[in-house]
Amino acid sequence: MAKQDVESEVTGNVWKVLKSAGDSVAEGEVIMILESMKMEIPVEAPIAGTVVSIVVQPEDQVEEDQVVAVIET
Amino acid sequence: MANHQSVSGGGAFKKILIANRGAIAARIVRACRELGIKSVVVYTSVDAMAPYVAIADEAYPLTGLRPNDSYLDQDQLMGIAELSKADAVHPGYGFLSENATFAQRVIDAGMHFIGPAPAWLDRMGDKVNARRLMAQQGMPTFAGSDLITDVDSAREAAQRIGFPLVVKPSGGGGGMGMQVVEHMADLETALAQAQAVADAAFANGGLYLERWIEKPRHIEYQILADEQGNAMHLFERECSVQRRHQKLIEESPAPGIDTTVLREQAQRGADICAQLGYNNLGTMETLYSDGDSGFLEMNTRIQVEHGVTEEVTGIDLVQQQILLSAGGNLPERPPSMKGHAIEVRLYAEDAQSLMPSTGLLRKFSVPELFGVRVETGYQQGQEVSPYYDALLAKIIATGNTREQAIGRAVVALQAFTIEGVRTNAALLLRVLKEPDFLQGNIDTGMVERLLRKGARIPAL
Repeated sequence: MAKQDVESEVTGNVWKVLKSAGDSVAEGEVIMILESMKMEIPVEAPIAGTVVSIVVQPEDQVEEDQVVAVIET
Repeated sequence: MANHQSVSGGGAFKKILIANRGAIAARIVRACRELGIKSVVVYTSVDAMAPYVAIADEAYPLTGLRPNDSYLDQDQLMGIAELSKADAVHPGYGFLSENATFAQRVIDAGMHFIGPAPAWLDRMGDKVNARRLMAQQGMPTFAGSDLITDVDSAREAAQRIGFPLVVKPSGGGGGMGMQVVEHMADLETALAQAQAVADAAFANGGLYLERWIEKPRHIEYQILADEQGNAMHLFERECSVQRRHQKLIEESPAPGIDTTVLREQAQRGADICAQLGYNNLGTMETLYSDGDSGFLEMNTRIQVEHGVTEEVTGIDLVQQQILLSAGGNLPERPPSMKGHAIEVRLYAEDAQSLMPSTGLLRKFSVPELFGVRVETGYQQGQEVSPYYDALLAKIIATGNTREQAIGRAVVALQAFTIEGVRTNAALLLRVLKEPDFLQGNIDTGMVERLLRKGARIPAL
C-alpha cells in the first residue's frame, strides 16, 4: 500500500470538494475544484486508489504545490 | 428610458466613480481626464500599488479582498460614490457592469449609470430572452430552444434542432457550464452537469439548447446608441482565437469574410438597437460559419477588446460612452475604417498547461514601440493575486495592413519583459506565427487543436 500526495497546481481557494476519505477514485478523476483568477481548476487523482484524507475545506486558501489530499493505492 | 439635457464638449459630469480595477480602471481615468472630469477609483489592499490608483484624482480603499467582499460589494461602492460626491458611476467590464440591480441603485441615488438602462441589462442578460427579442426583429439565429423546463421537452427540442447541439446556461457567460452533446442518449447527463454549474455560478439557473456549429468564427459588432433613439455601428471585431471560451486575440477588420455580409449584419444590429430604443453602447456577438450567421448574445458594456475598434475608427469608445450617458449625440461623421488593428491578451498563465500563475512581478517592463498601445493594470513590484482575473496586459498593434499589425504584435510580445509569474506569451507567439492564422483561417477551436496536437510551446 503506497500513499501518494495530491498537490495543488495553483495558488487559489478551494471551491468544491467532490470526494471524501474512503472513496475510491480512478486515475484522472476529479477530487476537488479550486478557484484561482476566476478560473475553475480541477484537482485530479494522479493514480487510481482510495482517498485516505482530504486535508483542505471549501474556502481554504491553498498555495502552489501544497498537499490537498492523500491517496492510497 | 432617461431623458437628459443635450450637452456639448466636456459632458455634464463633474466626477465619475470607477467601480472596477486594473487596465480598464486606468483606461477610464484617462478618458475622464481628457474630458475634464474628475475620477474616483476604489482598490483592495493587493491593488494598492496598481497604476490606476496613482493616476486617479481620488482613491478609496475597499475592505475585503475577494470580489464579493470588494469590487462586487454594492454597499461599499454606493457608500464611496456618495462620500466622494460622484455624479456618475462607470462600471467598466466584468464585476457589476451588467448588474441591473446595481445600475438601478446608482440611478435611485441620483447618479448616472454609464451604460445601457437597467431594463436593457436585464433583458439582454437573459440569453434566451435576448435571442428571442433579436430573432423577432429579424436578426438571424441558429436553431435553438426556449428555456428547458423538463427532460421530455428538452428531448423534443433536441429532436428538432439536431445533433450535435450545445446546452447553455441562460444566465451565464464566458462559456461556463456549456456542454456539447453528440447523441440523444447523452442529453440527460449533459443537462444535469450544466444545471450544476448554472446553479453554482449564476443567479439565473435556466438552461437552453442551441445547434452546435462546428469550427465557427466569433464575429461581433460594436454598436453606439444615444438616449434619443439613434444608433450606429462601428464595424466588426474578429474574436475567434480563444481558449476555454475566453478570447485571446481580437482584430478588426475580420479577415476573409465578404465585407458586404459584415456591413449588412452590423447595420442590421444598429437598426434593431435604434428600433428598440437600446441606449449607450453594446456589442452584438454572433457566430459565423460558411456564410451563415447566428446571433449569440448582446454584451451591454464596454468590452475588453474595445481598443481594436478605437484604433481602426479613431473613435474613443470610453469617452463616447460617457458623453452618450450624459445625453450627448452620436459621432457626427459616418464612421470609416482605416488600416488594421490586432489585440493580444497577455495572461498570467502557463503557455502550455494554461494554469493560472500568481506571484510578485519582480520585473515588468512595457515596450514602447511605434504602432503599439499597451493597456495594463500592473507595474513592476506589484503582486499578481489569485483573487482577480489573469489579464496582465492588452497589447494592441496597428498597421496599414493585417501583416504589418501582426508583425508589430510579435515584436511587442518579444520586447515585453516579465519575471515573477508565468505568462502565455509563448502561446500567443505560436498562434501569431501559425500559417493558418496568417492566412485568416481561424475558428474558435484553433488554440485547443494546437495544444492537443502536442505542439510544444517553446519557452521564451
